[in-house]
This record gives sequence, C-alpha cells and structure tokens, in this order.
Amino acid sequence: MGKVLTFGIAKEITGGGVVDVPFENGITAGGLRTLLQSTYPRLKELKSFALAVNGEYAVADQLINDTDEIAIIPPVSGG
Amino acid sequence: MLMNGDNKSVSMTDIRISDLPLNIQSCIDWVQSPESGGIDVFLGTVRNATKGRKVQHLEFEAYEPMAIAEMKKIADAVIAKWPVNKILIYHRTGKLAVGEIPVIIAVAAAHRGAAFDACRYAIDTLKETVPIWKKEVFEDGEVWVAAHP
Repeated sequence: MGKVLTFGIAKEITGGGVVDVPFENGITAGGLRTLLQSTYPRLKELKSFALAVNGEYAVADQLINDTDEIAIIPPVSGG
Repeated sequence: MLMNGDNKSVSMTDIRISDLPLNIQSCIDWVQSPESGGIDVFLGTVRNATKGRKVQHLEFEAYEPMAIAEMKKIADAVIAKWPVNKILIYHRTGKLAVGEIPVIIAVAAAHRGAAFDACRYAIDTLKETVPIWKKEVFEDGEVWVAAHP
C-alpha cells in the first residue's frame, strides 16, 4: 500500500489530492500505471498520463517502493 | 558580498512559482546587465475565449517541488545551449482573470538571436514538461486544458 499524489483532472478522477493505492513494493512504474487505470478507469480517457517518482518523471521499468513520493501527472498545460 | 562570477549558475537563473501577481518590470530589471545587448520577454496572458466559449477565469495548479525542478532543468539547458547571460522563469498559481499574466520568461544575452531562440525554447519546453495544470472556467462549465484527446 502506498500513497499517490494527484493533480488537475487526475485529482477529480481519483477524488482526492492523495489516494491510497494497494501495490506491492518492487512494482514497476508501468505496473503501477496499469493498476491505477484499473482502479480508476477514467484515467484511460486521458490523452496521456505519466507517473513521477520522487519528483522525476518515471520510466516504465523503474521499481517503486511505498516510501517513494509518487504522483500522477496528467497532461500538463502550464503557460 | 557576492562578486560577479561567483556562484555562476545560481546568479544566472531565477525560477519562481507564486500565487501573487507577477511584476514585469522587476523581471526585466533582474535580467538586465551591462553585458547584455538584448532582452527577450515572453508573457503569457489569459485569453477571453477558447473555441468560441467565453472564458470567465483560469485556475492554475502546480506540483510545486517538481515544477520548480523542471523549470530549473529548462534554465540549465538554455545556459548550456545558448550564449545567454541571464534567464528568469516565473509562473503563477491560483485564480487568474482575463488579461492577467500566468507566465513570464525573460532572457538576456549579448546578441538578440540567442535571446529569441532561448526564450522560444523555454516556453515551448515549459508547456511540455513542467507539471502545472490550467482549468478554463466558462459560464457554462469548466475544462482541464489538454486533458482529453
């Protein structure tokens, strides 16, 4: 179980700025992404979304632990 | 006292996220230096309509620590790629009315070519990589910009 920060449209989809997600330590970022999509199917409607781990964009095979700061990054739209 | 040339990468860049109005003149003053022959400034401004729908205001949200880190990466890349003297990137959060300024990028260089190119790169990259989101609030609804295909 770990905490995932959410922003923008992802906050609305998941219903909170921080959500608890039941994942095992050592899951890959790609695996967590799939788990999030099955838990919150509306994430699949987004143009894209990335995961950030400890403030950096994650790559798909990166391993994640529940002590990491994890965030869902929906399509950015600053500027 | 910090002498010219000390702590170079820090003194060449100024990165900020603020929920208060941005002051254009103070940004220009910060990048101005005797070594620079030109300053290129990009101002984002809140537009009054999107696809014919009247915008009431925008709301900006940031994942602040990561947004600052990504903005720093842009400034560092600018300094590595172009002969610029100073770059400043400021972004607003919160509720902004039509005409207000969500983003200021100011680049000072000895010659204008580098300043123009670096400024263009900085705003284009910011829009692709920096975790900041804007919601357009219309009279009859609201939309997170770029969220859906």
